[in-house]
Amino acid sequence: MSAATTGKTPGKKAAVQAAEPEIRFVQGNEACVRGALYAGLKFFAGYPITPSTEIAEHLAELLPRKGGVFIQMEDEIASMCAVCGASLAGSKAMTATSGPGFSLKQEAIGYACMAEIPCVIVNVQRGGPSTGLPTKVAQGDVMQARWGTHGDHSIVVLTASSVQDIFEITVEGFNIAETYRTPVILLFDEVVGHMREKLVVPKQGELHVADRLYTEVKPGVNYHPYLPREDGRLPSSDFGGVHRYNVTGLFHDIFGFPTEHPDQVSKLIYHLVDKIENRAHLLARWKEYYLEDAEHVILSYGSPARSARHLVENRRSKGDRVGLIELQTIWPFPAQLVREKTAHAKNIFVAEMNMGQVTTLVKQAVVNPNRVFLVNRVDGVMLNPQDIGRVMRTIEGRGF
Amino acid sequence: MAVKDYIRDRFFPHIWCPGCGHGIVLNALLHAVDELALDRSSLCMVSGIGCSARISGYVGFHSMHTMHGRALACATGLKMARPSLNVFVPMGDGDATAIGGNHFIHACRRNIDITAIVLNNQIYGMTGGQYSPLSGPGILATTAPYRSIDAAFDIVNLAMGAGATFVARTTSFHVKEIADLLKKAVLHKGISVVEVMVQCPTYFGRKNKIGGPVEIMEYFREHTAPLGSKKLEENPELIPRGIFREETRPEYCEEYAAIVTRVRE
Repeated sequence: MSAATTGKTPGKKAAVQAAEPEIRFVQGNEACVRGALYAGLKFFAGYPITPSTEIAEHLAELLPRKGGVFIQMEDEIASMCAVCGASLAGSKAMTATSGPGFSLKQEAIGYACMAEIPCVIVNVQRGGPSTGLPTKVAQGDVMQARWGTHGDHSIVVLTASSVQDIFEITVEGFNIAETYRTPVILLFDEVVGHMREKLVVPKQGELHVADRLYTEVKPGVNYHPYLPREDGRLPSSDFGGVHRYNVTGLFHDIFGFPTEHPDQVSKLIYHLVDKIENRAHLLARWKEYYLEDAEHVILSYGSPARSARHLVENRRSKGDRVGLIELQTIWPFPAQLVREKTAHAKNIFVAEMNMGQVTTLVKQAVVNPNRVFLVNRVDGVMLNPQDIGRVMRTIEGRGF
Repeated sequence: MAVKDYIRDRFFPHIWCPGCGHGIVLNALLHAVDELALDRSSLCMVSGIGCSARISGYVGFHSMHTMHGRALACATGLKMARPSLNVFVPMGDGDATAIGGNHFIHACRRNIDITAIVLNNQIYGMTGGQYSPLSGPGILATTAPYRSIDAAFDIVNLAMGAGATFVARTTSFHVKEIADLLKKAVLHKGISVVEVMVQCPTYFGRKNKIGGPVEIMEYFREHTAPLGSKKLEENPELIPRGIFREETRPEYCEEYAAIVTRVRE
């Protein structure tokens, strides 16, 4: 008997909920919504697109009930722009989309990088390029998430392989966005987005929720909105507050006013990149299974990590020394972590649903790139344990 | 308060060419704001890209200089997140009617309480004089060396067709009129669209052999007439100025707030 069921007794609801966790049976997309609300989401702008639409639908229902704002904009571009505007007004803000919509949002994602506007962008991946496979799974946007907007920049990209993980990584995404004043991309896929599983909703306070850092500069005193502290963080001031300042997508000085001065341009671009790349170790989130003595290591993320885990558990029960590392942070790519965790592996299998986007990164990271093998599916069907097993057997020389 | 108190004089001199009409609109806007005595912490300006968009850097408002054409979309998020703000959106030809055309019609349709100012100079100035959706046929531009063949949008008709509830037009020659119309626009509950025809002597005037700022402003004086005037009645080919529409329709933020009141837990 779940707490959610027993908790329905009138009058006892509050007491029961305080004692037992709230348990729900939900889709990944709804877990993302619940996670966002847990993290303090106050503003969502979106445009309908498969397979992420459920996120907008749930928030259309839930946000007004919590006094937040839901708006369906005229297009994907406008949704991302509205998120930037709302975030400057002090709201924790998010949008959600998929493939073609993600392409359209890149312009304003770049603006959020440059103007250091905290926000969260969910991309529930489907097959591409172009309209591709609207209802089928893929992981083809790994590189676009990193480099989709023009110009040098850095960005944080997180992913998850279960409904529970989607909830928790969504909270993490908001925490990172607010702490470092950066867009954070939640790169899910159609399978985890649509799959239904048990979700144990943590009690408020159980998971850390980071809020924006505000300036202590008094009214009437010069506030420098773009002067980073020594730790790289920028204390904020909301639009509507006492400090009126300029925000721009142009290179800017500490006042936020446009500049082309080479020293200031250089300082800003290094700040934008360093504030994320120098924290790769702090931003790395991952899970690992049986790595200690593994001869063959599978590296995966998102829904293929589920198949990989199934296979690893199966072969371990037969005594095979196989292990799994599941990445939850894809960007900044945790190269050092991958190198260390695979240092003693004979073979590394990267299980992903694209033509090898993370495989390329793993090859660059590890000691022996010749022993890195791609295991993929790019036909709209989820990568299953047999797909991974077949490639492993071949490479291990155990027949096809 | 003096108008200069609303200016970030640290960032002057401004980037506009000598004789440009944008400074006239900025001046009128600040007079309007000053006369209305609006709460200074409520003043926001959101702009896109182009000469007109640079206005936002010079005013001592909360200012957001965004992407080409995206000002109204950004402003919609800002206004919805904090409806107490007074949001001004200056836009050029491209911002309002080309790359930002979709955002423009939808902001009009929603009737969100934003003051949109279209600075129509019939040219893309910042990129060096290319024709715009407001140029009209027969115009010389760097991308129309054999004269443009594109019909122009009529901003007033476009805004009214899209559902804007306050729509007005004037020119940079009629400085007092700009300030008066902007005051009414700010006080109007809902979207206000004020078109101001402005001179671009550097590209439009020179390329089309119309002359400098004085000649273009004289053109504005001679070729426009107030709505309802005898001059307009007798010369229907003139461009009408004034308020074309001022009506009451539910405002978007208020409608949303009503939903929140109804369903809030």
